[in-house]
Amino acid sequence: MQVFASKLIENAVQEIAKLPGIGSKTALRLVLHLLKQNETTTLALTEALRRLRQDIQYCRHCHFIADAPECSICLARHRDRSLVCVVESPQDVMAVENTAQYQGLYHVLGGVISPMAGVSPSDLKIDTLVERVQKSECKEVIFALSPTMEGDTTTFYITKKLRDFPLKISTIARGVPIGSELEYADEITLGRSILTRTSYE
Amino acid sequence: MYLEQIELQNFKNYASLSLHFTPGIQALVGENGSGKTNLLDAIHYLSLTKSAFNPIDQQNIRHHEGYFTIKGVFKRENSPETVFCGYEKARKKIIRHNELTYEKVSQHIGRFPVVMIAPQDQDLILEGSEARRRFFDSVIAQIDAEYLQNLLHYQYYLQQRNALLKTYYEQRQWDEDLCQTYDAGMLHFGQKIYARRQHFLQDFQPFFQSQYQQLAGQKESPQLSYHSDFGQTDIAQAFIKAREADQRLQRTTVGIHRDDFIFQLESYPLKKFGSQGQQKSYLLALKLAQFAIVRQELALKPILLLDDIFDKLDDARMQALVEMVSQQTFGQIFLTDARPERSLSVLAALNTEKQMFFIQQGKLNKTQIF
Ligand SMILES: Nc1ncnc2c1ncn2[C@@H]1O[C@H](COP(=O)(O)OP(=O)(O)O)[C@@H](O)[C@H]1O
Ligand SMILES: [Mg+2]
Ligand SMILES: [Zn+2]
Repeated sequence: MQVFASKLIENAVQEIAKLPGIGSKTALRLVLHLLKQNETTTLALTEALRRLRQDIQYCRHCHFIADAPECSICLARHRDRSLVCVVESPQDVMAVENTAQYQGLYHVLGGVISPMAGVSPSDLKIDTLVERVQKSECKEVIFALSPTMEGDTTTFYITKKLRDFPLKISTIARGVPIGSELEYADEITLGRSILTRTSYE
Repeated sequence: MYLEQIELQNFKNYASLSLHFTPGIQALVGENGSGKTNLLDAIHYLSLTKSAFNPIDQQNIRHHEGYFTIKGVFKRENSPETVFCGYEKARKKIIRHNELTYEKVSQHIGRFPVVMIAPQDQDLILEGSEARRRFFDSVIAQIDAEYLQNLLHYQYYLQQRNALLKTYYEQRQWDEDLCQTYDAGMLHFGQKIYARRQHFLQDFQPFFQSQYQQLAGQKESPQLSYHSDFGQTDIAQAFIKAREADQRLQRTTVGIHRDDFIFQLESYPLKKFGSQGQQKSYLLALKLAQFAIVRQELALKPILLLDDIFDKLDDARMQALVEMVSQQTFGQIFLTDARPERSLSVLAALNTEKQMFFIQQGKLNKTQIF
């Protein structure tokens, strides 16, 4: 255990070191950095964090992070309301948004089903999805969950819940990463890519 | 294909060991407890990425140490191939082939096949169905890379389904759709595993029968059969029928995880009615048939690991085995014996390259070529 000159520094270091990817050395460096700056720098930071924590909301349609009861994506006029892309987490929404290839809406589940890990369907935003696609203009649900057994199970399960509605159900394509060499692709991915090949344009 | 060199660090009772082998017979001799079986186990590990005796890797580390490594150099058509297995406490084990780490162990299984004949084989007769499934699964996995993958997938759905049944028991909320989701996974992979096991047994049968006849003479006929819930006409229905029982018992009571392989002699259970000698013949025939089928499917001779074979076999069965050795049936052979003079006299007559390693408390004492 490191010896700190001050209890105040020690407390601050301990709090910051709780963040992922930050050890106590880095935390100490950040703390000393803040002390070197003007007081306003630190206060601006703590105020931003406080407001983030207290004022953050989750969109009542898609459960994405929002500043208001509805998120900026759900509010945007130009988005295609016939498409809903189902993802695990807000990070996944940001990842798809960064591609600038998708104009539809989202639905954030908050995880994937795994009874072994103590996650059952009722812990996820599945009911609201079912309700939402019934009541909205949604025509297609696109599953963009991780290509793991949990992800596949979750897709299969939700698809079962949606089977009575006149919807198109799709999943994002899985294939060989662009710029990689074919011989290094794993067999399952390559096999699936061959089976779900696309016609050449 | 044969093992040319092995290097151990902190594996079981070996602090550090390096040995060179020839393609012929390698006899490991030494007192009980010196480490002969552990060395065979290290070779088993290189082939199947796990110990033949202890699935808990933590316990395969030498006492008071933090890791073990096993390195082997195999020769295949004169070019060397290295296999590295390393395990450090609380870490994922690492398997490398020619310096490359595998993504999945199933890519390795079958590249350097071994067949081990050990006193523990009798567990196949004495213990429950799990021991028999493990044996046949490991044989099939050596000749079919997809099989292991299917088993892992099935296992995944089974564990999730059992977890679901447990939650139901605790919380009394039943999600039929989720259960059916896991049923679908188990049915899909269960069907593949069932078909493969069935098909395998058909191929295995003639090898097994002929090995048994060679060992025991024409006197009696052994039976080996496969029983599975998947043999029913409507297995999907069977899953649904078992719902209530599953919920009550908090585990899945139907599926290929309950398959069994039935050992019989003249239609009577081997375990209850087979004599000591008949049981030995049956086990040896299983292992020699394993050798034969792997050899046929992979077109190479598995390395044979014979643990305390001279203690276990009587003269007649020993004679049959020695006969096979002299007919060049096998490739490289490792055998252990606590009595060097016995090994010397049995093996002396054989016209094969032979080496004897004297092991003492986890160290090589001397080597003798004879
Ligand atoms: N993890 C371990 N660390 C140290 N010694 C071990 C470990 N596992 C087994 N041993 C020792 O190995 C010895 C048994 O070796 P074994 O290969 O079975 O002997 P044998 O020559 O009779 O076949 C025993 O003395 C046992 O205590
Ligand atoms: Mg032994
Ligand atoms: Zn929204």
